[in-house]
Amino acid sequence: MTTPTSRGSGHRSTLLILPSGQVGEKSLKLIGMLAIILPLALLAVLIGTTFIQGAERLSGDFLTDLPSRRAASAGIGPALAGTGMLMVLTAAIALPLGIGAALWLEEYARPSRFTRFVELIISTLAGVPSIVYALLALEVFVRTFGMGRSILAGAATLALLVLPMIIMASREALRTVPLGLREASYGLGGDRWITLRTIVLPLALPGVLTGVILALARAIGETAPLITIGALTYVAFVPDSLSSAFTALPIQIFNWVSRPSADFHVTAAAAIIVLLTVMLAMNGLAIWLRSRLQTRIEG
Amino acid sequence: MVASKSAPALPEPSHAMTGHADAPTRAPLFVLPDVADSSEPAPASRMHAEDLFAYYDKNQAIKGITLPIPDRRVTAIIGPSGCGKSTFLRCLNRMHELTPSASVKGYVFLDDENIYGPNINPVRLRRHVGMVFQKPNPFPSMSIKDNVLAGFKLNGMKVPRPDEVAEKALRQAALWDEVKDHLNRSGSSLSGGQQQRLCIARSLALEPEVLLMDEPCSALDPIATARIEELIRELRSRLTIVIVTHNMQQAARVSDYTAFFYQGNLVEHGTTRNVFSNPAQKQTEDYVAGRFG
Repeated sequence: MTTPTSRGSGHRSTLLILPSGQVGEKSLKLIGMLAIILPLALLAVLIGTTFIQGAERLSGDFLTDLPSRRAASAGIGPALAGTGMLMVLTAAIALPLGIGAALWLEEYARPSRFTRFVELIISTLAGVPSIVYALLALEVFVRTFGMGRSILAGAATLALLVLPMIIMASREALRTVPLGLREASYGLGGDRWITLRTIVLPLALPGVLTGVILALARAIGETAPLITIGALTYVAFVPDSLSSAFTALPIQIFNWVSRPSADFHVTAAAAIIVLLTVMLAMNGLAIWLRSRLQTRIEG
Repeated sequence: MVASKSAPALPEPSHAMTGHADAPTRAPLFVLPDVADSSEPAPASRMHAEDLFAYYDKNQAIKGITLPIPDRRVTAIIGPSGCGKSTFLRCLNRMHELTPSASVKGYVFLDDENIYGPNINPVRLRRHVGMVFQKPNPFPSMSIKDNVLAGFKLNGMKVPRPDEVAEKALRQAALWDEVKDHLNRSGSSLSGGQQQRLCIARSLALEPEVLLMDEPCSALDPIATARIEELIRELRSRLTIVIVTHNMQQAARVSDYTAFFYQGNLVEHGTTRNVFSNPAQKQTEDYVAGRFG
């Protein structure tokens, strides 16, 4: 039996015990293969056409130039810088909060009704649409805290968005550190805090960072929350402070794609290539970190 | 409930004495043997458990154990799975209470101090009562040398002469000759038996008074096991060892005293020779003869 790839084929697999199963199994295999090939092909077409369309516009200047009214000379300088700063700031806000929450849940809190409630909330929050976070952030960060339409407000919003993912990934990473190592540390006279700091955290860190990077790779493509809190769609400068106005790559892409001129679509395609490359690099880094963690724990 | 702080003395293993023990009552479990005609004075107790109960939630894992641990001797704790032998061991350095919902009642004296007393910091206690675990557990992120010195780091202590301390501990653990040329390699690059000796070295570096070993050879092959057993015999001159083992032959090979646990009770305790060749209790006899367990 092949692995069922959709719910429909999953149900059918029970029929395969019947003598006529030969036919059933073959068709299931075929459906399964199609189910894999189809999305892969679509993805290939998407990336392929984008690449063909946008490759001509890619150059060193494109990465640093300011946006322009003329498509040919437009660049993604401010957007790329904005995205980079956003990611760094988001990580700086979400990482300590996420690790702190994970440490408390995993190492300090005794299982109780309250911790179960917190866990439920966190997994629910992980599925909340980004626009809901954006509306909350607009009210709290932008208006109440008076951050305005700043890059700090944008990073805080994205941090909120990725926090549940980071907490869950960090807890998972803390759980992979074997109990035997903690016991070894306690057995030598280490207290809980020093055990966490010198034994557990160094081993869990690659796993935590993997989770952070994957969460950021998701956040990097977020457009709606940033527009909601007031990121600009046209910025002709690189953000120079936390309170600076900003734009980000997906917003820039959204802006160019929605223009009628086909020339700008080419520019947008080039920007998409850059965005995809950054995401791919982040995912690659995450995979590398994860494999490194495994070799360290298993020896 | 404590009768006295002074622990009963025990005969030297070389003297044939009949071990006395009785059913799980709270009466003193040991009758002081007559040691008048011993050629060598009987060893004093280094540790002494008195009326010790341990629980997981409301389940009693050990039920009122009184047991002296003689100084600079090897005491083996034997018994079938689930008899409470590991739990008892983990009560001797207050590791048991780290398990959520676990609790302890009773007394354990180290020298003359109750380690469950109000002034005892369990974290500091574990520096003096070291522990070696079933599965070798060197710290994977540290080198061999750093593993040996890890105890100091975990205690926030400065190592006066790190190289000397590491060499001494590794020599005591009979590992020095095998690792002296690559002290900076990861501890997990060693074989299982070497890893276990590294863990022993790590404990010895802190110069504990007592070393607890929880089935230290159960994950090792026969050759590695033989080396650890040899090491235990050597260390016996320096420190007090309590070893939990499900391997009766191992208990017979390495220990001076043996305690037989069954269902959370101490059934019998005495010199290893007596427990194995002349047990006082029928249960002990059946167990050491391999009729159950």
